[in-house]
Amino acid sequence: MKIPILRLGEILLTSIQVDLTDAEVMEFQSSVLHTISEVEARGLALDITAMEVVDSFMARTINDTASMARLLGAEVVVCGMHPSVALTLVEMGRGLIGVDATFNLDEGLSRLRKRIAQRGDSMLGEDDRHERSS
Amino acid sequence: MNAPVEEVVYIVPILDSTDVLKARQSARELAARLKLGSADQTRLATAVSELTRNVLQYAGQGQCKIIDASSDTQTRITVVVEDHGPGIPDIELAMRDGYSTSGGLGAGLPGVQRLMDEFHLISQSGHTCLTITMSRPRLAL
Repeated sequence: MKIPILRLGEILLTSIQVDLTDAEVMEFQSSVLHTISEVEARGLALDITAMEVVDSFMARTINDTASMARLLGAEVVVCGMHPSVALTLVEMGRGLIGVDATFNLDEGLSRLRKRIAQRGDSMLGEDDRHERSS
Repeated sequence: MNAPVEEVVYIVPILDSTDVLKARQSARELAARLKLGSADQTRLATAVSELTRNVLQYAGQGQCKIIDASSDTQTRITVVVEDHGPGIPDIELAMRDGYSTSGGLGAGLPGVQRLMDEFHLISQSGHTCLTITMSRPRLAL
């Protein structure tokens, strides 16, 4: 199962829509990191709206992927966690600690753009950014 | 009041990582069919996912049985996860929060226990059996 990684300017956008085996999760992690490095993406939005189960393995992998992406130089947001998933993770004693989260993809993208703008290392010119934000 | 009739709804052999998905999806399906709420469906599926992954990791293979033990007054789902692996050497340690022999999976068993209403663990060399139960009062019709 190959999860598409879409490029939106300097942001990568990916959405997990199917139930993944552990091996598929690890493959996904590696392909996200390689793509970030390849295109020197400044941000990664990981949409998990469709995920009904995030167990400790998946939680740890999301956490790790976010840390790794940051080490490469990309900002990360996790978007659209289902309330039942948040509830279960915290009850288990396992949050996604330190991962930035937003209600939905839309907010995720604007959060990323804001943070990239703050960093001031955007690959896009001043004009491009104005066009995008207007 | 009728005595609860236990019905084994699913038996999922746990042989590889796709079986972890099968087991947790089956558990979720039964929970949904018995009209448990979405939070409980997720709790149960997550617990089953943790336990069946443990089987793969520590014993290589095993079995997951999902049982509907509901009565007139109660919706009750029991899941029995068994393997014939080496067993858990120190149960007290395995039940301690944050302890893991597998590099960071950490809150495995204690986490599962917190999600469930009942949690029984027996383990010796050659046989480990975890029985977890979620029970909810049945809403009057």
